[in-house]
Amino acid sequence: MNFKTIITVAGIALASTAAIAQGDKVKVGMITTLSGGGAGLGIDVRDGFMLAVKQAGDANLEVIVEDDQRKPEIAVQLADRMIQSDDVDVLTGIIWSNLAMAVVPSATAQGKFYLSPNAGPSALAGKGCNPNYFNVAWQNDNLHEAAGGYANTAGFENIFILAPNYPAGQDALTGFKRMYKGDLAGEVFTQLGQKDYASELAQIRASGADSIFFFLPGGMGISFLKQYADSGIDLPVVGPAFSFDQGILQAVGDAAMGVKNTSQWNKDIDNPANAAFVASFQAEYGRLPSLYASQGFDTANLLLSAMKKADINDADAFRAALEAADFDSVRGKFSFSANHHPIQDIYVREVIKEGDVYTNKIIGVALSDQSNVYVDECKM
Amino acid sequence: MTVILFIEQVLNGLQFGIMLFLMAAGLTLVFGVMGLINLAHGALYMVGAFAAAAVAGMTGSFLLALIAALAAAAAAGALVELLVIRRLYIRDHLDQVLATFALILIFSEGTRWMFGSFPLYLDIPDYLSGPVTLPGGIKYPLYRLVITLIGLCIAGGLFLLISRTRLGIRIRAGESDREMIAALGVNISKLYTIVFALGAALAGLAGALVGAIQSVQVGMGEPVMILAFVVIVIGGIGSIKGALIGALMVGLTNTLGGIAMPAFLRLFMDNSAASATGSALASMLIYVLMAVVLIWRPQGLFGAAT
Repeated sequence: MNFKTIITVAGIALASTAAIAQGDKVKVGMITTLSGGGAGLGIDVRDGFMLAVKQAGDANLEVIVEDDQRKPEIAVQLADRMIQSDDVDVLTGIIWSNLAMAVVPSATAQGKFYLSPNAGPSALAGKGCNPNYFNVAWQNDNLHEAAGGYANTAGFENIFILAPNYPAGQDALTGFKRMYKGDLAGEVFTQLGQKDYASELAQIRASGADSIFFFLPGGMGISFLKQYADSGIDLPVVGPAFSFDQGILQAVGDAAMGVKNTSQWNKDIDNPANAAFVASFQAEYGRLPSLYASQGFDTANLLLSAMKKADINDADAFRAALEAADFDSVRGKFSFSANHHPIQDIYVREVIKEGDVYTNKIIGVALSDQSNVYVDECKM
Repeated sequence: MTVILFIEQVLNGLQFGIMLFLMAAGLTLVFGVMGLINLAHGALYMVGAFAAAAVAGMTGSFLLALIAALAAAAAAGALVELLVIRRLYIRDHLDQVLATFALILIFSEGTRWMFGSFPLYLDIPDYLSGPVTLPGGIKYPLYRLVITLIGLCIAGGLFLLISRTRLGIRIRAGESDREMIAALGVNISKLYTIVFALGAALAGLAGALVGAIQSVQVGMGEPVMILAFVVIVIGGIGSIKGALIGALMVGLTNTLGGIAMPAFLRLFMDNSAASATGSALASMLIYVLMAVVLIWRPQGLFGAAT
């Protein structure tokens, strides 16, 4: 046997083990925010996702999790590494729209599937849509549109609206105004990351508004609500669920009581999948799940449902299996629109206190079978 | 803009400026006396807020929480000075920036490890909550008035400390010639530890006071940190008076600019475009202010000419 033959034999042997290893194994790369200011969201998505993976007990599913530190350049590096050296089939996990915009187009262009458990920027729903990109949470505008719808039914006629000055904040006010029919008492863009709202509160007081809509995710919302409660302004407040999710309500405390917010999920949605999810999440992690956790859980179950139907190496079949969305969503009804974003009900919730824990309860449906306005712009 | 709204905004600007001063005072002392750039000053602000939230959660007393914030931040400051900062005085600024940046990461992840990733609850005590009516019918939150007064008292106290006490004389001496005061028998390394701990305690107090109306979470110190640097550059490095004036200028510019710019642009733009552009321009105003001051006085308003 000469040297060349040895190489050839070794090559064949390696290639065949590689083929066996691939089989219908699915390797998932999760890039999410696990450190820094926004870590609570990424940790919830990860925990929800991993809970579903654990419950399925599918040996063919392998997940690697990495921390993007909420920085686009790190997310891009991680995605490159996962695609090139870890050879993942599916990417998921990104929380923030600006990170998703940095990662998703290049990942889908390289033939990988991307399942978004959170970020749903309009650019990826409209002209930038891709057959391999699926959003399991919502299109960014959805919850704000629902808040606009709720403002109409609640009879608000002169509302003051505010959001941070960045793409998702601008989308938020646009989404709200798309559905809202009354007048605006004022429209203010705050700085991203702003913590002091004394100046905005003074403007609200002077504006003669009859209600307030705000989109201030994370720490910004905590600050706003505490200062609002202390300002003595007593107007009804409405907003998307991001400022009232389980992770931050405890930090807001009494200031959030009674506030109406819009969400595609809540722990009291009445279906068996949701009841089991809430109970098992509490048993596993010792805390109530947030909407982010529910999105992570649904993302993993969508993937698992597709794995049962199709081989990941047959991209067309796998894509069709994902499009079918044949899984028990904790939200109940769930299907994909033509641009791979959810069609789902969006609810109005109210912040309540159960014992010592602040949480939400559903008080009605804001929008039924809500899709998104970008479907027609998407050509795929 | 009505007169009432304007006065309310001026009060907001003052309150914001005073809190910035508490941060900037420590920073400017450390920079002026020891020649050290301490990026980790914001981490001490966070330590104060977390200590306050933890103690308020356990005891329910806001006063104890403030004391805990002062103590925890001072202790953290002294510890950091003894273990790390002390080795950096003779190094150049780049090494200091690198080492104190590492401290930010260590403090952030250490806090997450101890308290978790979710924001903590810290609220205004009942006796300070709600608005009060000021002369002229202005409704203004009592808590903001109180923290403005606390900040002013501290500014006065600090001024007396620097100008009237023996410690103050040493600090000023250390600022102008550190070899000479060491030669005169002052224990310079102990002095440095005290100054550093004092600056840390002020940052911690600011963190606790502001944490009650904002959110107590990991990474809360860094945005304030950037503004505090702007303040000390405007005020002149090493000058407490400069830090106070600089902080008030930045506070007022930031607050009034945030209202005035969009209002001005609304004269010739539609509402939502004016809001977006105006708030973007307003966030640049303090840096414009800094640039103007630096062109006029490169050493800052009250900085010693070099």
